[in-house]
Amino acid sequence: MSDLPKSDDLLSKIDPRPPAKSWMDTPVNIRKGMYCYASNPKSVEYVGLPHARAWNPLEEDWNLPENWKEIIYEGFRERLDKFRSFKVFMDICVRCGACADKCHFFIGTGDPKNMPVLRAELLRSVYRNDFTTAGRIMGKMAGAREMTVDVLKEWWYYFFQCTECRRCSVFCPYGIDTAEITMMGRELLNLLGLNIDWIATPVANCYRTGNHLGIQPHAFKDMIDFFVDDIEEITGVRVEPSINKKGADILFITPSGDVFADPGTYTCMGYLMLFHFLKEKYGFDITWSTYASEGGNFGSFTSHEMMKRLNAKMFAEARRLDVKWILGGECGHMWRVIHQYMDTLNGPADFLEVPVSPITGTRFENAKSTKMVHIAEFTADLIKHGKLDLNPGRNDNLRVTFHDSCNPSRGMGMFEEPRYIIKNVCNYFHDMPANTIREQTFCCGSGAGLNAGEDMELRMVGGLPRANAVKHVHEKYDVNMLACVCAIDRAALPPLMEYWVPEVGVTGLHELVANALILPGEGERTTDLRGEPLPGMEGDDAEE
Amino acid sequence: MNVNYMVSLIAVIVLFLLAYVGVEAAGLQFLFGIIVPYLAVIAFIGGVIYRIVDWARSPVPFRITTTGGQQKSLPWIQPAQFDNPSTTAGVIVRMALEILFFRSLFRNTSAHLDKAGKLSYIWEKWLWLGALAFHYAFLTVLVRHLRFFTEPVPLPVKLLETLDGFLQIGIPVIQLSGVVLLAAALFLLLRRVLIPQVKYISLAADFFPIFLLIGIALTGILMRYFTKINVIAAKELAMGLVTFHPSIPQGGIGGIFYVHLFFVCILLAYFPFSKLMHMGGIFLSPTRNMPGNTRAIRHVNPWNYPVKVHTYEEYEDEFREKMIEAGLPVEKE
Repeated sequence: MSDLPKSDDLLSKIDPRPPAKSWMDTPVNIRKGMYCYASNPKSVEYVGLPHARAWNPLEEDWNLPENWKEIIYEGFRERLDKFRSFKVFMDICVRCGACADKCHFFIGTGDPKNMPVLRAELLRSVYRNDFTTAGRIMGKMAGAREMTVDVLKEWWYYFFQCTECRRCSVFCPYGIDTAEITMMGRELLNLLGLNIDWIATPVANCYRTGNHLGIQPHAFKDMIDFFVDDIEEITGVRVEPSINKKGADILFITPSGDVFADPGTYTCMGYLMLFHFLKEKYGFDITWSTYASEGGNFGSFTSHEMMKRLNAKMFAEARRLDVKWILGGECGHMWRVIHQYMDTLNGPADFLEVPVSPITGTRFENAKSTKMVHIAEFTADLIKHGKLDLNPGRNDNLRVTFHDSCNPSRGMGMFEEPRYIIKNVCNYFHDMPANTIREQTFCCGSGAGLNAGEDMELRMVGGLPRANAVKHVHEKYDVNMLACVCAIDRAALPPLMEYWVPEVGVTGLHELVANALILPGEGERTTDLRGEPLPGMEGDDAEE
Repeated sequence: MNVNYMVSLIAVIVLFLLAYVGVEAAGLQFLFGIIVPYLAVIAFIGGVIYRIVDWARSPVPFRITTTGGQQKSLPWIQPAQFDNPSTTAGVIVRMALEILFFRSLFRNTSAHLDKAGKLSYIWEKWLWLGALAFHYAFLTVLVRHLRFFTEPVPLPVKLLETLDGFLQIGIPVIQLSGVVLLAAALFLLLRRVLIPQVKYISLAADFFPIFLLIGIALTGILMRYFTKINVIAAKELAMGLVTFHPSIPQGGIGGIFYVHLFFVCILLAYFPFSKLMHMGGIFLSPTRNMPGNTRAIRHVNPWNYPVKVHTYEEYEDEFREKMIEAGLPVEKE
């Protein structure tokens, strides 16, 4: 991180003018700070992915298997036959350029290969050469080029400079989805063992221990116990969470990042307090699981098969614990997988019931097949029915704005639920400009497995459009807190804010909820969940 | 000098010469008036069917709708029925808005970074406007040309023609669609040449169809307003083609007519094997033609297969001791 240029220098470096030389004749330049380290062979091997070996992106020789071209060709063909999306997206782009400046990486770097259209052309050029008659005959004139080691390196570099945020897809007249293109590109790369370690190792961890961080069951319980102590210290109430409890009403699954790292931990405490409230007041029994202790799915950044292998534990654990339905925590790509893939991959979930909140009587029709409800939907419903005791004044030191995470936005469409919650637990809320929120929201710059330490420059330029919009509301409305519903956001946005808008903090939705939530039998609270004085409590010592 | 557009321009000029010289000097009316048109139509119909069937052969394993608005969730939250449809009816409206009005392109913005480091996004309507003008003008021209292939000419075609010439300027009356088509095609060409990023991503395959269309529009305008051709003979040829009694009319129609026809034939034959197939592909785009309701209604993947998973039993076997010690319930003590 010490190599990271100052933010002003980074800004002045951005030049969106393309070079004179054609992109096909410009070989990739793998630059420090802009890429993630290669996958650890032990992790690749653990989950049985092919060609586990040590390799270094900066070295000339990537130790490719001898028949690598054949593997890519066959892999390409197989995917064209299996995914209509892939085939259609290879064929119908007219290169109108509408997507170009919709990508946060292009806006932040000016690198033409970060224009979504060119990112896709990296694959399309090979597709034309190998699978179309025009490409075979006309070659470069038809936009075709042969697969070479240089092309492969370019694929690796640029498919790991895409966060699969789908913003470009909203603007594409044909709905061409770069996330889909990148997923295919990464699948092909994985056939040659070319992953990044920030993805490969969490995948191996998740497979073994149930979560990306490799937290073993006893340690998971320890961490929860630690939160229980903290909550008691702040509120005077000792919450009693259930873990791996059979016959609970529902199973709760959230990203392990919330259990492990600030400020996600405060969101985790928020869940625990909400669940305690619901148990005390309404007898609603929620269990956590150590086996399914991860909501996120870095498998989805590897391949469709790996996504399925990691996702399987959610339904399996719900079945084992004999719960009625599943509640999911605040996470971005976790919800893309749950909303658009899970039921198809590992369903049907006919052993579960259509989710009904026994507290409000609401039947979650939108989740009647997958049987998994987003906690923002769940909590918004509770608030709407007046089932929570809230004191939003306890968040009065916060001027809040909301970052729509990419996946719940463009893979789901969850915009009103979190805003409704924030407006009920906070008194000061200001949205960022319209072109930067909801379906047009900008990525944190670190999604899809790119939130490593070594690619900090990439993350900072990628997060520039998001940070710029935060800066706008910070200057205009004095916004000092950026709320989000994603664990990667909670990990990625604090350094991004630190870099571009240092006065703004980052919080999860349920941290705000828990600050406002009045627990039965609680003592007088003087601090929020972070141990900071509550509004009106700052001057306690001075007043005496 | 950009090789991509030079090659495309030269290709169109060569095609022009082929047809013009072929008819005027070599007398190949039969080839350019009858054989080529039939071959082109066969290539077009066969090619389009082949491409659509080829796409359709690949299944849609997942419902990966790109959502552009509020989901349907709680009853008191208004869903975006068309930008995030949860029903087939909603999808039909979404697709109609997309296909008839280019809704996504309408959203287009352009990003600007000012000296102070502030990003702003300005509504960029010109691409949308140019594309819409181009496609509708093309459609109007196409429908107007039905007068050459029908006898009697259907009333809607006549009405469209009247509407198209409503300005009543000149003799013969200027038909707006032809002018708009040419202007819009020129705009789309200039965009590709003048906007650096768009120029950078453009291939020869992007320039060739534009030059070809400009050629078609120019020869059309030339015939209608300037050189004049034997329209009766042109219709005779067209009627012969569609009734499968093809013949070359006596008296000749003029070289420019054959160039016009040849350009159209090339476009037809080129269409299925090029990006012009976006016309068919847009209907099959999985991010747009499905509702975003995967949690409510299960989507089935025809090639779904069992995968190796790490079962709870294996998990407990590895961590049982630690779980017991931590007071976590286990299946086997």
